[in-house]
Amino acid sequence: MAHGPAKGFSRWLYTTNHKDIGSMYLWFSFAMFLLGGVFALVIRAELFEPGLQIVEPGFFNQMTTMHGLVMVFGAVMPAFVGLANWMIPMMVGAPDMALPRMNNWSFWILPFAFAMMVATLFMEGGGPNFGWTFYAPLSTTYAPPSVTFFIFAVHIMGASSIMGSINIIATILNMRAPGMTLMKMPLFVWTWLITAYLLIAVMPVLAGVVTMMLMDIHFGTSFFDAAGGGDPVLFQHVFWFFGHPEVYIMILPAFGIVSAIIPTFARKPLFGYSSMVYATASIAFLSFIVWAHHMFTVGLPIAGELFFMYATMLIAVPTGVKVFNWVTTMFKGSMTFETPMLFSIAFVILFTIGGFSGLMLAIAPADFQYHDTYFVVAHFHYVLVPGAIFSITAGVYYWLPKWCGNMYNETMGKVQFWLAFIGLNVTFFPMHFVGLAGMQRRVPDYNQFFADFNMISSMGAFLFGAAQLMLLYNVISTIVSGKKASDEVWEDPEGLEWTVPSPAPYHTFSTPPPIK
Amino acid sequence: MSGEGTYYVPEQSKLPIFASIGLFLTVFGAAGWLNGGGPTLFIVGFIMFAMVLWSWFSIVIKENLQGLNDAQLKRSYVWAMGWFIFSEVMFFAAFFGALYYMRQIALPELGGDNTTNQILWSGFENVWPLMTTPDMATNGADAKVLGPDINMSVTTADSIFTWLPFWNTAVLLTSSITVHIAHTALKNNNKKGFNLWLGITVALGVIFLFLQAAEYIHAYAENLKIHHGAYGTTFFMLTGFHGLHVTMGTFMLLVMWLRSVLKGHFSHEDCFGFEAASWYWHFVDVVWVGLFIFVYIFG
Repeated sequence: MAHGPAKGFSRWLYTTNHKDIGSMYLWFSFAMFLLGGVFALVIRAELFEPGLQIVEPGFFNQMTTMHGLVMVFGAVMPAFVGLANWMIPMMVGAPDMALPRMNNWSFWILPFAFAMMVATLFMEGGGPNFGWTFYAPLSTTYAPPSVTFFIFAVHIMGASSIMGSINIIATILNMRAPGMTLMKMPLFVWTWLITAYLLIAVMPVLAGVVTMMLMDIHFGTSFFDAAGGGDPVLFQHVFWFFGHPEVYIMILPAFGIVSAIIPTFARKPLFGYSSMVYATASIAFLSFIVWAHHMFTVGLPIAGELFFMYATMLIAVPTGVKVFNWVTTMFKGSMTFETPMLFSIAFVILFTIGGFSGLMLAIAPADFQYHDTYFVVAHFHYVLVPGAIFSITAGVYYWLPKWCGNMYNETMGKVQFWLAFIGLNVTFFPMHFVGLAGMQRRVPDYNQFFADFNMISSMGAFLFGAAQLMLLYNVISTIVSGKKASDEVWEDPEGLEWTVPSPAPYHTFSTPPPIK
Repeated sequence: MSGEGTYYVPEQSKLPIFASIGLFLTVFGAAGWLNGGGPTLFIVGFIMFAMVLWSWFSIVIKENLQGLNDAQLKRSYVWAMGWFIFSEVMFFAAFFGALYYMRQIALPELGGDNTTNQILWSGFENVWPLMTTPDMATNGADAKVLGPDINMSVTTADSIFTWLPFWNTAVLLTSSITVHIAHTALKNNNKKGFNLWLGITVALGVIFLFLQAAEYIHAYAENLKIHHGAYGTTFFMLTGFHGLHVTMGTFMLLVMWLRSVLKGHFSHEDCFGFEAASWYWHFVDVVWVGLFIFVYIFG
């Protein structure tokens, strides 16, 4: 095995190193995050005032669609896979990922998939304009021709996710250092093991549903066409069978990151480790039997409404276990508030707000009013932005010194946190109000009496966007000219990654480390 | 758990980036082709992708022959193949689920005693196999989505022995047994028996594909086509994806057979390539049993 990285640009094309691949995933994801952010700002600029000002309604639809698709599949998921690549082999004491070449393939599919998907914006008839959930028949009978490219882009990014997940499972189950028993694994490893299982279970279902669309569009099948005996509602069932576990795919690794950070800065071991593991597994199991809560207004039988309502509420139990464990970990801890900790605490508080609005939405009769309003938009942005995005940001600040060997600028980190924190609340909190008052999502215009709150939301969105540029600047200046970090970086952090030098050598643990 | 030696981490490799380019050209070409362009890009991409995979597998085989793969790496392959097959199971689950939903929920609703039926699809009755689509029942001669003229259900057969799916089932189930016999022979160091029984398995796979092709030709000649409503949709999508997987499985087993006969690969303790192909084969067999029950018997 060569000792250092290869020279030149081809290093990144041909690499088999989990750290190189992890870095590529993270940079790719950040690029997609900015692109998806630009789409979001187009939406918010249009919604700054009532009436149509900046973009055509058709283009507005393409923006809401592409914002969702790029953020879910391009920003959040690859960021978590990047963190998994960087951290899991180090956390379990493995020399690399189990299948290093397939690992690089999983990554390199993504730039092509997203190039193809974003290219649809420039095709005849425009890009996908049917919402990120691409409900039939909007996405079949009434779709622009570019939908075919969208379908194949989803296919290959699904292949990428499945291969990435297989790699992660094989690494965790087969590559642990002797003595690293399952119940000694860091929670980030546990949450990723369960996430990878979810991905392998549902990405093929997503592939199935886009294949059905493809056949309906080009080969005259009747999956989603009642004239031939099919049903558009079938689309929603298959899509959400994928879609609901997908929601947890975007949050379980976040739980793992926060469970690593909070003990470090509370200077106490994580409270209730095993209950965290079982709670994660319970959430994953429940995620398979709640999908129709996205479809309460579609005309389900009453028994279905009740089943999916109660099953959904049940998720609050294991999620509550987690929140109480994080709070108890901090209780009487000797706490300090470095940037990763600030993001983690904000995660716990704001994710809980998103969880509560989720409970409100879970109540079927109440959902009849909330459905497809800005209340839903507020809900899932409260779980995804302070949930997924904040935890990824926290993870980046927490492990960046280990990755590049330099310490980030703490003041700038804290300023960035507060900008992002204020920006996101200013953006999304008013959406609860306009949603409850009846403002529909995915519409470029609105009634004048929603004007004030929308203007506030739009200003918050631009503030949040500016905060992300600050993150970019802080990360780059840390890598280029940050102060040297110590090997341990923090005060007595737990985990094998802190036992290796900073920056972590190109190859770690060629021979397995001893496990206490 | 480690302990068997040094885990083999390969050096830099050009395979992944070329595989990505090949895959991209394949799907980009396919989308362009479907949208009215020519097939050239698709064909170029597919050939490139196939060549990359070919050299990828050859490299892995060479590394194994050089003794680079320790027991731990082989376990990684086992996990990977197992989870890959699980992902395939979930892919088929989506289509079986669609069949279930159409038959048990969508069609009873369309043909039920309710307002959907009265207002939108009056005159439609839910009878499976769906020979008369809701469109035909309601719009008569103006209907765009027509039903098929025949179906492949067991009720249409004069006798079980002249019914083609019965023979398909017999062929495929037998092939699962023969591949198992081949495996047992290999475990007993009987290479001759292994080659014989694996050869028979490949032949049975090919026979299955011929029978399936004959069934499709018959179907298209008698006007049962993929665009013929819910029956045509589910029949061709389920049997079609299964047939595609049998084709891949047969090709995998054929490659294993050629490796064994021509190159003398595989021993009783080093035969993962064959084992993975055989698991895959058992998996397509199980899918067929599901198809046989839900598409043909209760069709």
